[in-house]
Amino acid sequence: MIAGNDPVQMTHRRLERFTPMERFSRWLVLLIVVAAIVVSTRHVQIIPEFLADAPSQMLDLLNRLWPPDLSYYQQGVHEALMETLHIASLGTILALILALPVALCSARNITSNPILLVFAKLVLVSSRSVNSLVWALLFVAVFGPGTLAGVLAIAFRSVGFVGKLLGEALEEVHMGSVEALKATGAPATSVLLKGYWPQVKPALWSIALFRWDINVRESAVLGLVGAGGIGIALNNALNTFYWDKVSTVLLSIFAVVIAAELVVTQIRKRII
Amino acid sequence: MTMPSTSHAKRNPFPVNWPSRIIWVALLAYLVYALSLIDISSERMIAGFGHGADMLGRMVPPDFSRWSLLLEGLLESLEIAILASAVGITLSLPIGFFAARNMMPPWVSWPARTLIAVCRSFHPVIVAIIFVKAVGFGALAGILALIVASVGFIAKLFAEAIEEISLKQVEAVRASGASFGNVIIFSVVPQVLSRFVGFSTYQVDSNLRNSTMVGIVGAGGIGGTLFSAFQRFDYDFVAAILISLIAVIMAGEYFSTWVKGVFK
Amino acid sequence: MTLPENSRGSGPADHLGDASKALKIRGLVKEYRAGVPVLKGLDLDVDSRGIMAIIGPSGTGKSTLLRCINRLVEPTRGEIIFEGEDITKLSRAGLRRARRKIGMVFQEYNLVERLSVIENLLCGRLGYISPLKAWLRKFPSQDIDRAFELLDTVGLGDLAYQRADNLSGGQRQRVGIARALMQAPHILLADEPTSSLDPKTSVEIMELMASLAGKLDIPVIVNIHDVALGTRFAQRIIGMSEGNIVYDGAPSGLTDTHLKEIYGGEDWLQ
Repeated sequence: MIAGNDPVQMTHRRLERFTPMERFSRWLVLLIVVAAIVVSTRHVQIIPEFLADAPSQMLDLLNRLWPPDLSYYQQGVHEALMETLHIASLGTILALILALPVALCSARNITSNPILLVFAKLVLVSSRSVNSLVWALLFVAVFGPGTLAGVLAIAFRSVGFVGKLLGEALEEVHMGSVEALKATGAPATSVLLKGYWPQVKPALWSIALFRWDINVRESAVLGLVGAGGIGIALNNALNTFYWDKVSTVLLSIFAVVIAAELVVTQIRKRII
Repeated sequence: MTMPSTSHAKRNPFPVNWPSRIIWVALLAYLVYALSLIDISSERMIAGFGHGADMLGRMVPPDFSRWSLLLEGLLESLEIAILASAVGITLSLPIGFFAARNMMPPWVSWPARTLIAVCRSFHPVIVAIIFVKAVGFGALAGILALIVASVGFIAKLFAEAIEEISLKQVEAVRASGASFGNVIIFSVVPQVLSRFVGFSTYQVDSNLRNSTMVGIVGAGGIGGTLFSAFQRFDYDFVAAILISLIAVIMAGEYFSTWVKGVFK
Repeated sequence: MTLPENSRGSGPADHLGDASKALKIRGLVKEYRAGVPVLKGLDLDVDSRGIMAIIGPSGTGKSTLLRCINRLVEPTRGEIIFEGEDITKLSRAGLRRARRKIGMVFQEYNLVERLSVIENLLCGRLGYISPLKAWLRKFPSQDIDRAFELLDTVGLGDLAYQRADNLSGGQRQRVGIARALMQAPHILLADEPTSSLDPKTSVEIMELMASLAGKLDIPVIVNIHDVALGTRFAQRIIGMSEGNIVYDGAPSGLTDTHLKEIYGGEDWLQ
């Protein structure tokens, strides 16, 4: 690069915001997006009458949902709602336990064996790529319907999420402290406990809270495939066309999700 | 310098941290209580592992013979994701703008924020059930459900991004005598564009994942095929669907990483 | 040359147990990339007491040399004989045992920031207790007594329960030195211990290290880029340039000619 040595040339280059390649890539993205939308619009199977009918149908449904039958809360919702919270909490705790070894194996500064690294990454990716509903279907088939399947589904879906973030946190620790502990002749386990663990502890709690918040939302849906919780109550109300009960269930899900979010924000503010 | 009396007295290097100990005990107590609620008997576990092994055995080899059904479902999922993302992101722009507290008065921002909170609170599959009841089975219900999910996510982050922009730059551009449109284009857009692209691609990704699931409740896409294969114990077909699903989702992730790189 | 196995410490006729030498380095080579040596075959004998300062421009391999001694950096070739054992040939467990006897002080202090000062000190004993005991924080009571004593000695007795990230640079380095001495080391390595500190604190830290090492009667190897500070505290100066030792002698013998050879050029001398 002869031009690289000429300062005038350099400034001139920097004034152009993007290189031709960058500009080409941007246009390419735009083209792909537009093409995808056009093709999808042409190809997707939507019955035009349904589309035209949708607004009035929605209004009709909202009319049927209102007012909610609040007495149903004590009869059929409360217990299922608590079960949902238990699924979310137990699933998160189990995920933390399962994710810890995988995260250790996936952190490049801890594991040097390339096969183990790839294997750990594979475990994390497959956990994240399978939706919690699919995990629930699998565990319902294995252990039968109920809370256990829900807890396992939440845990297996969360392992990838928690493990990935924890692995990244482990890779970001201050290696100087770790080096100092190694230099004292500490065994590897002690280095993990006293060098890595204090440094990733805040990140771990933060990840756990974050995931628990998501899991409260996710566990509400698992009942639809028989894995316990509020989803079962929702399904029952829907199948029997008691719309005022449906709206009670929806309201209680909304309340719990908002409450969980508030709790998480408060704890984060206090601790971290 | 220091008093000899204290240096010779027995000192405890690790005074008890009561708050943290209480939290640990509470967590442990909860764990015991919650575990007692679910049925984890040894017979159930053993039977379960038997079923699991049986299921895994029947999953191999995956059965791709019904590939046209598979492809059809996947395509529909893809279309649901694309259309929902396009409409959802477009709708999120004004809603997010209305929800930004530094741009709008409270009587505009609060209703917008409530709408976003409602959209965010429900899992897309639950929203999909409602839409199936309202507009009938098929892709339309799925698209509407994922539009709701997209608004909940993008409008929220977009509002936060606008609230965080530096007003200094806005004022600098405004001071140069620019029109309102130019102020938006030259001061607001550059500050939020790359983040906007970032969370839009994230949402397209997430819509793609969910579009494969809404079919479970009849809202179109591969989910319906998967669910009925499960119910008919066609585990070899289930395996084929799962493999294709993971492949599509990973391709989507790869694509969105590339797009994010382009707009960095 | 074969090494007798049990020659640690004693053995009057033993050529390895020479009591006047703490450490013998022979033909030490380190290549981070094959064919590009950072250390080009060093030979060095370290006396069993006193401070030895290694000076030289940055990037000349001072840090690498120090880290080869306790194998934080794996040497490519050569021998490092410490108390009759070749450190480069030790197994993992053997290396851990050897490291317990080698204290190290770092430029960036390298404390575990989120632990208390006293726990940082006790981390110096991790080589002596099992991971389970470390996790349960069951340190022997004499270790705990010694930690509080050392903390008083370095003048931080009142800060025992402070978290390390609340401390100033000088205070952190005092904790770093105390942690290294908790090991009851037979030699102390210090890698640029004053480079992140202001001039006054630097002198204080060097004084502290010199007095403590003198009291314990252990040798100190210190990397230092500040020549004046090095000549003030060390009894022996090693000048390094491009991976070779170009000066080895008393501080008084160090002339401008030598410095020119070590650092290159001469403009900076005026």
